Amino acid sequence: MPTDVATPALTRKDFTSDQMVRWCPGCGDYSILAQVQKIFPDMNRPKEEFVFISGIGCSSRFPYYMDTYGFHTIHGRGMSVATGVKLANPGLSVWLVTGDGDGMSIGGNHLIHLLRRNLDINILLFNNRIYGLTKGQYSPTSEKGMVTKSTPFGSLDHPFNPPALALGAAGTFIARTLDVDAKHMQKMIAEAYRHQGTSFLEIYQNCLIFNDNAFTDYSDKETKEDRQLLLEDGQPMIFGKGGNKGIRFDGHRPQVVDLENGKWSVDDLAVHDKSDKLLALMLSDLTYQSEFPTPFGVLYQIEKPCYEKQVYQQIDDAISKMGKGDLEKMLRSGHTWTVD
Amino acid sequence: MSETKKGPQKPVETVERVTIRFAGDSGDGMQLTGSQFSETTAVFGNDLATQPDYPAEIRAPAGSLAGVSSFQIQFSSKDIQTPGDQPDVLVAMNPAALKVHLPDLRKNGMVIANSANFTKRNLQLAGWESNPLEDEKLFADYQLVDVDMTRLVSTAVEDLNMPNKLVARSTNMFALGLLYWLYGRGTADTRKFIETKFKKRPEIVEANIRALEAGYNYGDTLEAIPISYVVAKAKMASGMYRNIMGNQALAMGLLTAAEKAGLRMVYSGYPITPASDILHMLATYKNYGVVTFQAEDEISAITAAIGASFTGALAVTGTSGPGLALKGEAIGLAVSTELPLVIINVQRAGPSTGLPTKTEQADLNQALYGRNGEAPVVVLAPATPSDCFYMAFEACRIALEHMLPVILLSDGYLGNGSEPWKLPDLASLPPILNHKVTESNGDYHAFEIKDEKRLARPWAVPGTPGLEHRIGGLEKDAITGNVNYDPDNHQAMTIRRQQKVERVADNMPPTELYGDDTGDLVVLGWGSTYGAIRAAVQRLRENGQKVSHLHLRYLNPLPNDLGEQLLKFRKVMVPELNMGQLVRIIRAEFLIDAIPVNKVLGKPFVPSEIEERIMTILKESSDAN
Repeated sequence: MPTDVATPALTRKDFTSDQMVRWCPGCGDYSILAQVQKIFPDMNRPKEEFVFISGIGCSSRFPYYMDTYGFHTIHGRGMSVATGVKLANPGLSVWLVTGDGDGMSIGGNHLIHLLRRNLDINILLFNNRIYGLTKGQYSPTSEKGMVTKSTPFGSLDHPFNPPALALGAAGTFIARTLDVDAKHMQKMIAEAYRHQGTSFLEIYQNCLIFNDNAFTDYSDKETKEDRQLLLEDGQPMIFGKGGNKGIRFDGHRPQVVDLENGKWSVDDLAVHDKSDKLLALMLSDLTYQSEFPTPFGVLYQIEKPCYEKQVYQQIDDAISKMGKGDLEKMLRSGHTWTVD
Repeated sequence: MSETKKGPQKPVETVERVTIRFAGDSGDGMQLTGSQFSETTAVFGNDLATQPDYPAEIRAPAGSLAGVSSFQIQFSSKDIQTPGDQPDVLVAMNPAALKVHLPDLRKNGMVIANSANFTKRNLQLAGWESNPLEDEKLFADYQLVDVDMTRLVSTAVEDLNMPNKLVARSTNMFALGLLYWLYGRGTADTRKFIETKFKKRPEIVEANIRALEAGYNYGDTLEAIPISYVVAKAKMASGMYRNIMGNQALAMGLLTAAEKAGLRMVYSGYPITPASDILHMLATYKNYGVVTFQAEDEISAITAAIGASFTGALAVTGTSGPGLALKGEAIGLAVSTELPLVIINVQRAGPSTGLPTKTEQADLNQALYGRNGEAPVVVLAPATPSDCFYMAFEACRIALEHMLPVILLSDGYLGNGSEPWKLPDLASLPPILNHKVTESNGDYHAFEIKDEKRLARPWAVPGTPGLEHRIGGLEKDAITGNVNYDPDNHQAMTIRRQQKVERVADNMPPTELYGDDTGDLVVLGWGSTYGAIRAAVQRLRENGQKVSHLHLRYLNPLPNDLGEQLLKFRKVMVPELNMGQLVRIIRAEFLIDAIPVNKVLGKPFVPSEIEERIMTILKESSDAN
């Protein structure tokens, strides 16, 4: 949270470390780094209060490039390290950078538990649907049938659907954005920051070496409008060229309707309500369905007490109830006797 | 409720030491009975040592051999070191308990059995072909006191109209009352305990107290036990005492270290026998400011602790052997990032899940070597239950003063065992330094050594203006901490991490040698074998043997003077509850032909075993000369 103390305004440069960025030229990670560095000064918060934690993978090099406190940890464990940071000092703004492999395969357990505990930590999950740093094996978000080095005859795994996973784990802020959509990403990062609780922001990120064009449908001028469903809270679900299509619900079943054939109007469309969990589940379920557009934006957000606040509340309550701990008293608790 | 009344006077005999084993079904409350006897005995003023032994299953089938739970206590008017070799008294609440424990009873020892539980079904479950209580031959060498405790308790609580199940559950208090009579201690402390524990259920308080008193009075009037015993108060150093279990002492040591270091403690763990009690205890000490975190798994427990350490807390994680295996990679991260961290391993027996409730010292190799790459850590081991307090404090002190991870190797025997503890003078414990930097002078480098003596790096924690920096598990530049793949830098950093551990030896107390500093044989022990070794060496020295005892509480680095001390003896014997882990290090480090003594029965050594081995070695060596 912004502090009361007036601090000199920070700039993007203040968040840029002296380390050479070593992602492949053209990697989607560059854009994410750029948006974070661009928007962080707007948070109006002393930069020593920001901490970036990561696991292992291409995305996890991120902390080295931010001139904040940072910790590049071990594979899959960034979620837990971040938890420890927040528990030791709830006053910090803790950011977790992870990928589809780091966060949902080796670190899957920690991810779901972080979400259910709802610590005020912001997760940036770079989803490129491939293992990049280990050179091209399929990941838990790779589509079924994908041919990779470790699946020469096609992957047999069903992919995870990140927002659905986060919903299932009782996440309180679940959003999705795209590496090349700078404006939208900045907006999502700002909303994730403002959310009190664990923010889960999935960022579709292109790996041009091992899984190029995985998300081109969402960025290409030709297809973008038809494939992207940009969610706005309180707004009808419109998409398509010039807003010519929409999503309506037939009971619990979503359907794409044509707004130009005179049969349907905007009034028939579903209106996004980010506090509606059932709606969020149905929306996230569209992710791998080719006949539907893929939802972007804040799918779900509710308020729920943060874990770390409750931890310190319990400590405060214990102190006011029992008095501040006294070691001498502790040693003498129970039966004691004196030998002369 | 009647006060304990004295019946007709029976003769009283004074004895120096007594070992009692309470044994029964898991549901019979033997642990509670044993710990109550210990508390009363400690307050009475005897020296004592205890050893609980219980099955890993919470409720193994009632009456089965697998379900037997026991608690052994040795108490004495003299200084004692162990829970005793062979029990003098066996309390057997059912046939299975008798079956399991009778072979351990000393000749002419006393068996107190609850005959009510010797039913056909229970006999069958325990594998007795006929009722052993009726077998005169079996008890030819023992004294049998069979009492229908269940019936006597039923009679005592008749007017309370309690269900049979609750009556049966009070029989342990009858046995306890009987033992209190037998050894001349009062029931008052236990009555108070019962009143507090079952405060909300007055009928249970009443039933338990009546059972306790019934047991006491039964001893007083019964002819089957013609004599009672007195074990006089032990001569102990003056001061205030309490009875303490190892895990409890360990938790207190951590809290004390946090206060002496002026840091908040973050303790993170995942439930695992026999380490969970540390988490439980610390969770109740919230008013001391400790943050306890029950993580989703062992890896999360240690990595959360590492995050807390990065953020400037006193970070501690606790586990048992299998959990330490899971934490291995993260310990490497703490080594590589040179962060202070305390890792507690309350060892259990065996590989894999092993024997969760039994004790062993077989994780020394794991603690020393269980990581990828060259990843040395400091390894410490407490020697007794109360020593867990001091060694937990030491682990925190070394971690913070040297900026590195420390593994503390306790074990099930220490963790659950108890002994009287003369309370420490907290003021005499040293303050604990740390390497926090709070101000920026413009050229902060995260890995630049400022403390040449300890090779400790500065600890700048998130939230400190101007000291923003990044660390990680990749090899780091020796000054800036930035990623560095340079070969010479890697070599230098590897040596630095090794030297950091070695330098701890300059910041350790001198090694204490018990006995003369030269002689025929020195017993070199570590960890929980302390009591058995000390008792054995004491006895042999009283008989004029030139034997000494050296006990290691610091296992890595080894004390600077260790080799020199060992070389002054003709023989070095190393007893360990493993297949020979320390002994190999001693042989490798000092080229000493140290003799291993090993067992892995899930039980501690008893002094007689050590004594016999020493005598065999001495005899062999004198025969050879």
